[in-house]
Amino acid sequence: MSDLHAPAGPVDAPPAPPRPVKRRGGDDVPKALDGRGSERRSTREPSPRLRCEAVTAGYDGTPVVHDVSLEARPAELTVLVGANGCGKSTLLKTMARILPPLSGRVLLDDRAVHDTPTRRLARSLSLLPQGPVAPEGLRVRELVAQGRYPYQTLLRQWSAEDAEAVAAAMADTDVAQFADRPLASLSGGQRQRCWIAMVLAQRTDVILLDEPTTFLDLKVQVDVMALLHRIARRQRRTIVVVLHELNVAAAFADRLVMMKAGRLRHAGSPREAFTAEALLDVFGLDARVLHDPESGRPVCVPRVAGGNVP
Amino acid sequence: MTDRAGETLADASRAAPTVPVAPAARPLPALAAAALSLLVVALAFGWHVSVGAKPMPLTTVFEALVAPDPELFDHIVIRDLRMPRAILAVVVGASLAVAGALMQGVTRNPLAEPGILGLMVGASFAVVLAVGVFDLAGPAWLPPIAAAGALGAALLVGLVATAAPGGATPLTLVLAGAAVTALLGAVITAANLIDQDSFENLRVWLNGTLAGHDRTVLAWTAPWLVAGFAVAFGIAHQVTALALGDDTAVGLGIRVARLKALTLFAVVALTASAVALAGPMGFVGLVIPHAVRLFTGADYRLIVPYSAVAGAAYLLVVDIAARLVLAPIEIATGIVTALLGGPFFVWLVRARL
Repeated sequence: MSDLHAPAGPVDAPPAPPRPVKRRGGDDVPKALDGRGSERRSTREPSPRLRCEAVTAGYDGTPVVHDVSLEARPAELTVLVGANGCGKSTLLKTMARILPPLSGRVLLDDRAVHDTPTRRLARSLSLLPQGPVAPEGLRVRELVAQGRYPYQTLLRQWSAEDAEAVAAAMADTDVAQFADRPLASLSGGQRQRCWIAMVLAQRTDVILLDEPTTFLDLKVQVDVMALLHRIARRQRRTIVVVLHELNVAAAFADRLVMMKAGRLRHAGSPREAFTAEALLDVFGLDARVLHDPESGRPVCVPRVAGGNVP
Repeated sequence: MTDRAGETLADASRAAPTVPVAPAARPLPALAAAALSLLVVALAFGWHVSVGAKPMPLTTVFEALVAPDPELFDHIVIRDLRMPRAILAVVVGASLAVAGALMQGVTRNPLAEPGILGLMVGASFAVVLAVGVFDLAGPAWLPPIAAAGALGAALLVGLVATAAPGGATPLTLVLAGAAVTALLGAVITAANLIDQDSFENLRVWLNGTLAGHDRTVLAWTAPWLVAGFAVAFGIAHQVTALALGDDTAVGLGIRVARLKALTLFAVVALTASAVALAGPMGFVGLVIPHAVRLFTGADYRLIVPYSAVAGAAYLLVVDIAARLVLAPIEIATGIVTALLGGPFFVWLVRARL
C-alpha cells in the first residue's frame, strides 16, 4: 500500500476529490462526487476481485439469498441496497465467509473464500459488521491495532510494519487525534471512522462493510461514504457496502446492486440501475428520479399525494 | 435547539469530549509494572505467612523460606502449616481471577464470573455428589469430578440463557446462573440435611476455605492448573479481538468456534481446580478483572496475566482478614470474598446494565 497518498487513482478514474485532504479538522470531505466516472470507466473495466457465482445462502438450511451472481471491482464502491429482510446483509456475510453458502461459491481472485484458511483470507478480505460494539474502556489505538491480528503470530507479536499500518489507517480516517481516547467517549460518526480505521489497518484489497452509516446524521453518513469513496479510488481497493439510505447509495455507488426477496433485481451504474421503475419494483416506492445537474447522479423524490408546495 | 445544517462531524469533534479524558495510558514501563506487581504479591505472601496464632516477624518468615532450619519450631510451622495455605491462596486467587477475565471477554458480559454463571456451584455439586453420596473420595478424582460439574453447569446455563426470549444477553446469562445456583444449592443443602455425618467434612469446604491444605489434592490438581493457565495465556491476545463481536473476529481471521472451545476448557479447568482445592470462593473472578482493567485498559494480553497476579494478592489479603477480623475465630475465606464482592456486584449492575 505504498500508494496511500498517491495523487489520483487510475488514469480513467474520475479526478481526486476536489478539495485537498485536510489532516486535522475532521471535515476533509469532498463536496461533489463525479458521477460520470462509472460510464467512462466502462470502456476499460478492471477485472473483478470478488465474485459471487450463483450464491444461495441462508440460516439453518433455509435460503434467504437465492442464486445471486455479482462482481466487485478494484477502485470501485459496489453498493448493495434493498428493503429490510431482502437478504443483502446475508449476502455480505456469505461473501465474508461468516456464513457458508448453501450452494454456489464466492471467489476472491478465482479462489473460493470458504476454502481459504481464515487467517490468510483476513489478509486480503476484511469485514466491518453492522453495529459493532467495543468493550468498555477500549481506546481508539487499541481498536485499530486489532486490525493487525491476521499478521501476528506467537513469535512475531508486533512489528514496525504493524505500527506503520495503524498510524496510516488512523491518518487516512482522520482519527489520530483521538488515538488515546476510549472509543465510548466519541460521537457516532467518529466511532464509525475508528472502526473503518481498524479495517484499513488490516490492509486488505477487498473491504466489506455492513450498513456503516446506519443511525448517523445525514452529514455524517456523507462523510463516511466520502471517506470510503476516497479509499477506493486512491488505494484501488475493492469496496462492497450494504446501505440503507437510497439517495446516499445513488450519490456514491460506482455499481449499484438492488435486491428484493433474496434475488438480485437490478445492477449497474447508478444511471442504469437507479430508475423509477426499479425503485417501484424493489421497494414498492413511488418516486421520481431526477438527476443532479452538477454530477449527473440520480436522486429519488418520493411522490406524495397532495404534496404540492402550498 | 436549532438543527443547523452546519452541525458537522468537525463541530462534534470540537464539542467532545463528553466523558472526561484520561491521560495517555503509559504510566509505567511494562517491565517496571510487572516487577512492582510481583513485589506486591511477595509482600502479601510474607504478611500472610507471618500472621497466625503466634505472629512472626517478617525476618523469620524470610529466613524460613530462604534458609530453613529443621530444628527451629517456628520454621517448621511456617513451612509445613502456613506456607501451604499461602500457596493455596495464590493458586486459587489467580485461577478464579483469570477464569473471570476470560469469561467477561468472551461473553462480552461485565457480570460474567465462575460463581455468578453457575460453574462454581456445578463443581461443588459434583464433588458433593461424588464424595457424600458415592463415597468417591480419592484426591485424584476431585479435579475431574469438579471439572465435569463445572462444564455441565456452564452448558446448562448457556442453554437456558439462549432459550430465553432475546437470547444470551448479560441479563439472561446472570439469571440463568442464579437459577442453576439456587437449584443445585438446594440439592446440596438437602443432601446435607439427610446425611449429616458424611457431610461434616464437606460443610466447611462448602463455604470456601483455604484451611484444608491437603498436599495430595494440590499435586493432583497441578496438571489441571498448568493446562488451564497455559491455554489462558495462549489465547489472551485473541480474546481482545473476540470481545469486538463474533463477526468482527471472523473478519480478523479468528477461528471463533475453536477459540470459544479453548476458552471454555481454560475456564472449566481453572474453576474446577479452585473448587477442588478450596471450595466455592465467590466474586474473586468478578472483582479482580474489573480492578485490573483500571490499570491495563481493555487489552486481554495484559488483563489475563495481571488478573492472575492481582487475584493471588487479593486472596492472600482476604485470607489474612478472614483470620484476623474475629481472631481467634476464623471466618471461612469464601464468606469474606462474598462480603466484599456482593456490594461490588450491586454497584456493577447499577453502573453497567
